[in-house]
Amino acid sequence: MTLAPSARQSILPDRITNASLASFVRSVPSVDEVGAVERAASLATRSIKRESKAEALRLAVRLMDLTTLEGMDTPGKVVQMSAKAVRPDPTDDSIPSVAAVCVYPAMVPYARQAVEGTSVKVASVATYFPSGQVDIDQKIAEVSAVVAAGADEVDMVIDRGAFLSGDYFRVFDDIVRVKQACGDAHLKVILETGELQTLDNVRRASVLAMAAGADFIKTSTGKVSPAATLPVFLVMLEAIRDFRAATGVKVGIKPAGGIRTAKDAIRYLVVLNETLGGEWMDPEWFRIGASSLLNDVLMQIRWLETGRYQSGDYFTKD
Amino acid sequence: METELGHEAEVESRESSALKPRLDWSYAPSRESTDIVTVEERYGLFIDGEFRDPKSGEYFPTIDPATEEKLSEVAVAGPDDVDAAVSAARAAFEDGWSQMPGVERAKYIFRIARMVQERARELAVLETVDGGKPIKESRDFDLPQVAANFFYYAGWADKLEFAFPGLRPEPLGVAGQVIPWNFPLLMLAWKVAPALATGNTVVLKPAETTPLTALAFAEITIEAGLPPGVFNLVTGAGDTGALLTGHPDVDKVAFTGSTAVGKAIRSQLAGSDTRLSLELGGKAAHVIFEDAPIDQAIEGVVNGIFFNQGHVCCAGSRLFVQENIHDLFVDKLKARLSTLRVGDPLDKNTDVGAINSPQQLQKIQELVESGIAEGAEIFQPACDLPERGFWFVPTLFTGVSQSHRISQEEIFGPVLSIMSFRTPEEAVEKANNTPYGLSAGVWTSKGSRILWMADRMKAGVVWANTYNKFDPASPFGGYKESGFGREGGRHGLLNYLKGAH
Repeated sequence: MTLAPSARQSILPDRITNASLASFVRSVPSVDEVGAVERAASLATRSIKRESKAEALRLAVRLMDLTTLEGMDTPGKVVQMSAKAVRPDPTDDSIPSVAAVCVYPAMVPYARQAVEGTSVKVASVATYFPSGQVDIDQKIAEVSAVVAAGADEVDMVIDRGAFLSGDYFRVFDDIVRVKQACGDAHLKVILETGELQTLDNVRRASVLAMAAGADFIKTSTGKVSPAATLPVFLVMLEAIRDFRAATGVKVGIKPAGGIRTAKDAIRYLVVLNETLGGEWMDPEWFRIGASSLLNDVLMQIRWLETGRYQSGDYFTKD
Repeated sequence: METELGHEAEVESRESSALKPRLDWSYAPSRESTDIVTVEERYGLFIDGEFRDPKSGEYFPTIDPATEEKLSEVAVAGPDDVDAAVSAARAAFEDGWSQMPGVERAKYIFRIARMVQERARELAVLETVDGGKPIKESRDFDLPQVAANFFYYAGWADKLEFAFPGLRPEPLGVAGQVIPWNFPLLMLAWKVAPALATGNTVVLKPAETTPLTALAFAEITIEAGLPPGVFNLVTGAGDTGALLTGHPDVDKVAFTGSTAVGKAIRSQLAGSDTRLSLELGGKAAHVIFEDAPIDQAIEGVVNGIFFNQGHVCCAGSRLFVQENIHDLFVDKLKARLSTLRVGDPLDKNTDVGAINSPQQLQKIQELVESGIAEGAEIFQPACDLPERGFWFVPTLFTGVSQSHRISQEEIFGPVLSIMSFRTPEEAVEKANNTPYGLSAGVWTSKGSRILWMADRMKAGVVWANTYNKFDPASPFGGYKESGFGREGGRHGLLNYLKGAH
């Protein structure tokens, strides 16, 4: 086994085996669930200045991965959503484009074509999302295919069964190989925190994913409840902060699933700002994965600008 | 496994995005409105169910410590006034309150609890303007706890016969109660609720700097229809307190405040048969083991010492960190301190409010100077403080010795002294090496160690993997110079019943 010298690897054991990874994972600081929930709840009561709020909502648009991950998705639906991603509000050209569209592998070519020439990136879920229950060769094949089809970003899932059973090598190795298959594409690693259950597991999986090469760590697929929650998000941010202190490597974060209102989005931004600071409040380092959040944010922006709420009829669905 | 982890070139290029202009992410000066509160220009004494002018004819101002503006004038109770209040309480005790069935007394106390809840927002704003504590704390901690204490003790009023098998519950008579300025209305609730539930009547003296919520509470007792004389309020400074605690017709004295005053009260009562309970100062040890949940421990330490500007008798003011994580922990703590928001207590985003009085500010400053002079290393985050009002920046001391004044004396302000330890035995020895014994905290992931520490730490309450948690059903009180007697819970009833000590 050879490892190129890397900052990420500086926190890892010299020889990577399942036993050495297990003791590495156990060295991750423990998390007190009650304390983490309390801290997240106290940050959720912060209130934002009105002018900052208008800016924050526009930022939330720029940070969004507009997502459709349904069995009934069609090329037509993806093309429509991509048009909305580029220009979220046809009546207001001051509204920025979202960061990316996030689709299934089969939809990547349509999304690619629809956003070509714009700032909007194409993200594809891969590794047999959402379960990931296939062998690594099939995962690699899928990742290579979506990158070849034009995906800028790959959202992979970790093998939760392996993680929970203590097979950390499997989880780690999957991520390392998928990262290689990604080439220049950015890799977001989905922990599926709703299945990991405890905040200790969330923190351990975060560190494992970052050490293995994740550009982003992401909370959830959106297919499992609970999806993103503020305490889970907080614990992942603390893991990112400490990972950077230990290795110098900056990793991004993407909460996804269950973030439906502008108010929710602002809460995530508040927790992000208080834990990692303004440096992370950029699409390069932070994304919000959402399918239905965008219109609520647009409605709130319109309200801040005009003082009136408009009905949903005035905002396009796709 | 063949693998390569060389993403660093890419990471470096992505780092440059940090230079992009950032959003100005300032929080709203989200000021709680004071419109809801009406403050009279002048308050009299509340005796026998009505507000009266003081026979002393004297008044003193009460100010907002965040602006130094005068809020109102409050009467000074002299000897005649204290006499009148005690006689009113005696008469109410003899004339019915002590004979009233518990189930009837409970109705009044439940009613008071509900009215406190109904007026919670108003009382929270009043507590904040008179005392300087952040609205977030008065709103989310003080007021819910005040109501909970009245509800809790109302529930005991008709169950006293079952509280202590073998003890026939009989009230003592007139309780003279003196309370501090750090949790004005909550300390009132801790004192008044069990006294009333057990059939005693009360003369209460609130602290000189924070009388307004007690005066609002007096109004609530009128609206609740509490019989005249059951609750009486005498305002004033230490002289008024001494008149009350030394009054020959008071059967029970309950005091929360400084150890010096507690000692004076105890000498004053020596040789008398007046019952006494004291809840005094503290210098709590907060012990962090290497296997603690670090990020939550940081929050616990911040809460332990900066909650209510450190004006907390159970504040975790001595931090003991296990040697092998000391530097990491201190670094994290310093980073966290820099995110604390100090300022306008009425702003909902404020974490640390105003120091209660200029006297207290001076005491904090004096002790902090002693820490610097004795060679401890000070850390204070950069912090813009308002021009007017009394403020003190959250402060850490590292390199502190057990013999430094800042690790021995109660500072009662936002100042933390950090020391290290190697073994659990050493942690216990250092934690107990203090004349105080009110509270302590332990952070570790090991359950057996929590129990081991809790057995050995000489403190009335030991919090494990949390800090500053209160519940009306849980007793609270100290060892050694932190006082005696327990308030809260079933134990809290004993302070106000005959034959029980």
